[in-house]
Amino acid sequence: MFKVTINGLETEIEKGATVLEAAEKVGIYIPTLCHHPDLSTFGGCRVCMVDTDGKIVTACRAPVADGMVVKTDTEEVRQVRLSNVELILASHNEDCQNCTRNNSCRLQEVSAFVGINQERMSRIRRSVEPVKEDDSNPFFHRDFTRCIQCGICIRTCEEINGVAAIHFAFRGFHTKVSVLGDKPIKDSKCESCGECVVRCPTGALYLTRPETPEREVESVCTYCGVGCGIKIGVRGDRVVKVDGNRDNEVNRGDLCVKGRYGFDFINHPERLKTPLIKKDGIFVEASWDEALDFIADKMSDIKAKHGADALGGISSARCSNEENYLFQKLFRAMGTNNVDHCARL
Amino acid sequence: MTNSIDDIADEAKVFFITGSNTTETHPVISYRIRRAIKNGAKLIVADPRRIKMAENADVFLQLKPGTNVALLQGMAKVILDEKLYDEDFIKNRTEGFEDYAEKIGGIDLNEMAEITGVPAEKITDAARIYAGSDPAAILYTMGITQHTTGTDNVLALAGLATLTGNLGKRGGGVNPLRGQNNVQGACDTGALPNVFPGYQPVSSPEANQKFSEAYGAEIPDKPGMPMTKMFKAALEGQIKGVYVMGENPAVSEPDICKITEALETMELVVVQDLFFTETADYADVVLPAASFAEKDGTFVNTERRVQRIRKAVNAPGEAKSDLDIFCDLGQKLGLKGFNYSGATEVMKEIGELNPKWKGITYERLEEGGLCWPCLDENHPGTPILYGEKFLTGSGKAQFKPVDYKPSAEAPDDEYPFILTTGRSLYHYHTGTMTRRSAGLSDLYDMEKALISKEDAERLGLNENDRVRLTSRRGEVEAEVKPVSELKEGTVFMTFHFAETCANQLTNSELDPVANIPELKVCAVNLEKV
Repeated sequence: MFKVTINGLETEIEKGATVLEAAEKVGIYIPTLCHHPDLSTFGGCRVCMVDTDGKIVTACRAPVADGMVVKTDTEEVRQVRLSNVELILASHNEDCQNCTRNNSCRLQEVSAFVGINQERMSRIRRSVEPVKEDDSNPFFHRDFTRCIQCGICIRTCEEINGVAAIHFAFRGFHTKVSVLGDKPIKDSKCESCGECVVRCPTGALYLTRPETPEREVESVCTYCGVGCGIKIGVRGDRVVKVDGNRDNEVNRGDLCVKGRYGFDFINHPERLKTPLIKKDGIFVEASWDEALDFIADKMSDIKAKHGADALGGISSARCSNEENYLFQKLFRAMGTNNVDHCARL
Repeated sequence: MTNSIDDIADEAKVFFITGSNTTETHPVISYRIRRAIKNGAKLIVADPRRIKMAENADVFLQLKPGTNVALLQGMAKVILDEKLYDEDFIKNRTEGFEDYAEKIGGIDLNEMAEITGVPAEKITDAARIYAGSDPAAILYTMGITQHTTGTDNVLALAGLATLTGNLGKRGGGVNPLRGQNNVQGACDTGALPNVFPGYQPVSSPEANQKFSEAYGAEIPDKPGMPMTKMFKAALEGQIKGVYVMGENPAVSEPDICKITEALETMELVVVQDLFFTETADYADVVLPAASFAEKDGTFVNTERRVQRIRKAVNAPGEAKSDLDIFCDLGQKLGLKGFNYSGATEVMKEIGELNPKWKGITYERLEEGGLCWPCLDENHPGTPILYGEKFLTGSGKAQFKPVDYKPSAEAPDDEYPFILTTGRSLYHYHTGTMTRRSAGLSDLYDMEKALISKEDAERLGLNENDRVRLTSRRGEVEAEVKPVSELKEGTVFMTFHFAETCANQLTNSELDPVANIPELKVCAVNLEKV
């Protein structure tokens, strides 16, 4: 264990830890933009600068040394952090009101912390060239005027789902996050899993339908058999969002395109809302009593005339355990083992 | 799965993925595998298509559809010849090795190469990689099982794992990735014709007596009919009424013409679903059901983990959960024991009747999922099976050599192509849910029958040309997309789109043991329209 002193607070931390981790351990906030706990370290944004034994270094990359003395709020640290944030803001779209991440933006948080002078900012701000956003993906768009080139999306695509659909392209002021051939992202190998959107610190990657839920309910995804834990975001009586549940041991927050974005069917206007009985070839609405009486009479009739084995029950791999259990119980209690489901399809 | 996602993703040194398009059908598991490969694990992929996973593979075996046994036994032959097997494991934990070794030893590897279309050197490479690092995990899905030889394919895979001692330990195993959210749970809770909940055979006198008493009924000791046979039986007049819950057989079953014909002949067809499906057209009664977000309950995932689902919103209109519907219907039918207060009480009853789930309760599930077998309230669950013994009489794994048998239908002059079906990342089964999710349909809005570039050139077909595909059972028109991922003579379609229903063409021939249809191989012709 190494002994480290940060702003006069002493702590012990294992060898190999970074200064940022040591600061987190003692509860000292260090602003970061390109750092993400799920991803490898990049060290590109330069806003986590700290003073270690008199040297200005990036806290996210600098390993602790035994007896190290760290200062996070010297004049020099304040100045270098401010300059680096100013340089990022100088090319950043300043219309925060029209950004889906207004009030949940890391750049806003960091800017507020380092203390931006608006008058000075207006002097150094570059005129941002209008860049057409990439609106090719139905679930999220890419607004290049809000991208701070932290590379979190690139590392997510490479390290979380292993697709590596995006990378930095071009040089200098023209640097941007791009897919192969600078095409719309829909035409790339992107799998639309949305993991990058979840981690984007600004509004550069934003949801096309950004509804904030009023409450969340923990559940499990309804698609494939992986059984990813999800949080269903609800507003009123509508499902408006699905997030991966980071506490779930199966997926630890990861989701795919269907699990994250394929929830429209729940609120869909074509949902069946009332029982229907076919009369003279036409379906007419019926009460539950009418519909279930009809079914019970017919089933009893078939059993009486032809035996219970003239009935077949097709249960469902989409329904719950409890429902499948009751389905087989109902048919077996009727006297037949003709019960199966779609396991073979 | 014999193992859990975590232990294979974290500890397998080799992944052998066969008949599984993992990146599209189990994306979140594919993330974990790609991460493991980045950390140095090796990958073998065997599939008739050059699927995305093949990009990451150390060896990619592009076998002809339906030749899995030849490929797998070829690998076993190499492992035996080069003595790459696990002698201790074979000695202590298996039986039947001598017969197996004799039979497999007699195989001609070049003949297997000929049958599969995979060069003998590649089969050898794959065998050496699979047997050369410990532990090695096998992952498969329907590309292995949806064959008339599906059971043989699984036995051949199990043979490889047994030979190399990759059972009952972390990072190994034979791992079928289950396709639907609760297909594991539907099996576990007895929605199968031959077993009660917990795989207790209906023919076992003890089990039959237990359930007959619990249900207050006389339950026959003869197994019932699997779904794949019900429709044929309906055409023969044996089945008169069918109750279909959350399932769309008019699109998903093989040889659809026969299915719809059968639905038309029946006296009673009940469809219980979220939407008015293609099957609902044939119904006498359609019942509106609640979706997963509108009810409490549990699902079991592919690693046998029982997890809670929770009601988030109310079901629309008068729609009810399937659980509530069965409580009402059971009572109307005069059956005993259908007055449950809710899902918790049903789970309690399951635990009382299924010893493997005895320790699973809603209270415990609040803390996280539990993998069955979970034998009592203090049992931690069993993420990895067969650590101590196998479920055989002797407790030892049994080698079962199998013979390669060709698929039921081979291409000929009239139907010269092999059609193999599968799934897309953007859709789920017959699309009732995903095709009503706007963005997913934007990304994948219609079927494109995939053909090889060589076949496209020979037939003068370009992307988006319309073709008529015909088989001995039906025909369908679709646009084509020439791709380099297929070998000459192979056509690929999904079964997500009712308007271009691949199952008009597919073969309903069954595996004699598992009764699974041969959806992965049928002979078709295609011509430009």
